[in-house]
Amino acid sequence: MSHTTHDDALLQVRNLEKHFKVDAGWIASILQSVSGDDPDYVHAVDGVSFDLRRGETLGLAGESGCGKTTTGMSLVKLHEPTGGDIHYNGQSLNDATDAELKEFRQNAQMIFQDPFESLNPRMTVYDTVAEPLRIHNITNETARVQRALEFAELLPAEQYFDQYPHELSGGQRQRVAIARALVLDPDFIVADEPVSMLDVSLRAGVLSLLERMTDEFGLSVVYISHDLSLLRHMCDRLAIMYMGKIVEKGPTDQIIENPQHPYTQALINAVPVPEPNVGRERVELAGEVGDVIDIPSGCRFKSRCPDYIGDVCDQVVPPLEEKAHVEGEQAVACHLYESVDGTDPAEAFRQGQSVSASGDGPESTPADD
Amino acid sequence: MAQEESTRSSVFADVEEVSSSDEINKWARTARLWRETLKEHWSLLTDELSVRLSMLMVAFFVLVAIFAPFLAPNPPLERQYQTEDQILIEKWAEPSIVGGDSGYLLGTTAEGFDIFSQLIFGTRAALLVGIIAAVFTAGIGTMVGLVAGYYGGTVDDALMRLVDFLYGMPLLPTVIILVALLGPSLWNIILAVIILQWRATARVIRSQALSLRERPFVKAAQVAGASDWHIISRHLAPNVLPMSFLYGSFAIAWAILTEAGVSFIGLGDPNTVSWGTMLQASRAYSALSFGAWWWFVPPGICIGLLVISGFLIGRGYEEITNPKLQ
Repeated sequence: MSHTTHDDALLQVRNLEKHFKVDAGWIASILQSVSGDDPDYVHAVDGVSFDLRRGETLGLAGESGCGKTTTGMSLVKLHEPTGGDIHYNGQSLNDATDAELKEFRQNAQMIFQDPFESLNPRMTVYDTVAEPLRIHNITNETARVQRALEFAELLPAEQYFDQYPHELSGGQRQRVAIARALVLDPDFIVADEPVSMLDVSLRAGVLSLLERMTDEFGLSVVYISHDLSLLRHMCDRLAIMYMGKIVEKGPTDQIIENPQHPYTQALINAVPVPEPNVGRERVELAGEVGDVIDIPSGCRFKSRCPDYIGDVCDQVVPPLEEKAHVEGEQAVACHLYESVDGTDPAEAFRQGQSVSASGDGPESTPADD
Repeated sequence: MAQEESTRSSVFADVEEVSSSDEINKWARTARLWRETLKEHWSLLTDELSVRLSMLMVAFFVLVAIFAPFLAPNPPLERQYQTEDQILIEKWAEPSIVGGDSGYLLGTTAEGFDIFSQLIFGTRAALLVGIIAAVFTAGIGTMVGLVAGYYGGTVDDALMRLVDFLYGMPLLPTVIILVALLGPSLWNIILAVIILQWRATARVIRSQALSLRERPFVKAAQVAGASDWHIISRHLAPNVLPMSFLYGSFAIAWAILTEAGVSFIGLGDPNTVSWGTMLQASRAYSALSFGAWWWFVPPGICIGLLVISGFLIGRGYEEITNPKLQ
């Protein structure tokens, strides 16, 4: 695995894992401890690595249940990762002290999908936006709240101070949520589907506000969305996730124009083109997302992949690496392409098999143990 | 803004220069918001005629309880007449309100006590039991429910198994044991009512807290670094408060009924006058078979009125907490 570590990386995610234990009830857990069985785990995020650079917008894309939201929540420490680590400004969050964690909390904020749920119905706009300031004992509360609301284009700000969420429209609520995320002057924000619950007519306004936020604040933003056209518009770089792993990442334009991984190709082909005469080769994915409890061996996409090439896909987990024929820093996790150092994974697998008849490939990790 | 250097400009860069003289007065603002919320709830609550009448009824009983010593013509446990040998009471006086010439508004008991005075002092016992039991039922139930629901896991398991255990405790045997251990008194009945009533509130509040803690606004507070106590007090408690008020208002009525029932079977405090002990005494002297209706009908009516008022107010409040009922 080659990671080009940049000096300006604000956040370095290294092999992040988040597994949720399947709660089968206390009787089942007693039975398990008696019989010695391992409990089941949902592999929501299973070894994700990427860098978030200063002032960069990174898009996390993928279908429902691929772990993109869990990844986003782990980034702001809503989940304690079960494996791997996140480095913030070079400091590992796993062994951060309470004071360091508090400082991290001040600099990491999140915008949620549903503005009807993300504001406390019994708190006024002022109290909602001022809450982070009170938690961190920051002075000049009123002036900051006013500035944040003004930035979120809720004008005049005083008029909104005493309003309750139910008195606001969906777009206004999402602006309040953005003001709350901005009021602490954070380093980075995780935006989880920030406009998917809004009326289409309101989306443009909120999106331009988010864009202004990244441009003027110099914020780093992680956008989580299944909407590739939105991500293309907003993001500098993209990471495509499938079943808890990143299958392809790189600069946005490069991925959209020249997708390498079969899954990315299928995703991009699914985006409608507003032009009736443009015919496009459609790749429709068969089947459903695989079992996230009993992870299949080899490539997780193999059962739905239109370009399945046999045993190597079935047994070897494809590493996320830069490929020989793609220029730039685009990385793909697929056996179809030669890696940048010139080894063809399928060829290497065949050779490895003929050398040692015992069979398991070099990268193979039997996931269902 | 855009012309500032692109590396790390802040919208709040000059905010420190803004004078803090226009800082909002926090206490005045909080008080005003509370007033507005209460006013809104009050107008919703008093929207309905039955609730208004119930509130008038409760207010009437509260006034009677407060001014009992001035309203009652006689001390409630003072014999009004005695036979020569001071032992046997032969006859009770008929109420003057229906033409009896005894001079007692509602007559006297066989023991020679003034029923009207007993009725007035009984109001005190009823309201005392009702209000104290309701406050503690709602308070303990809400706190246990919030803690169990928010923390989940082992804490939740431990607290909910305690609630399950309490659900297995029947009312009367518990009261009998408490009275046997601690002696008969009004406070022990209140204690028993509290012990056996907070379980339902805790269950309901826990289920609400369980769903609230997964809501994104709680997550947003966690992202901002809020402590557990901050989340429980600012985000969970205000959202379950209507529900605990509702359970509190039902608890008033249940506690009064329980006290009357416990007193009626003879486990009440012999030194306190309550409507329940009045009923018990009337039964002991077979007032029903002698046709002395003025002994047991008035306390029965009072219990009924107060309990029905409590339930109607709770019902009206339920429509605030659950708009689907409207």
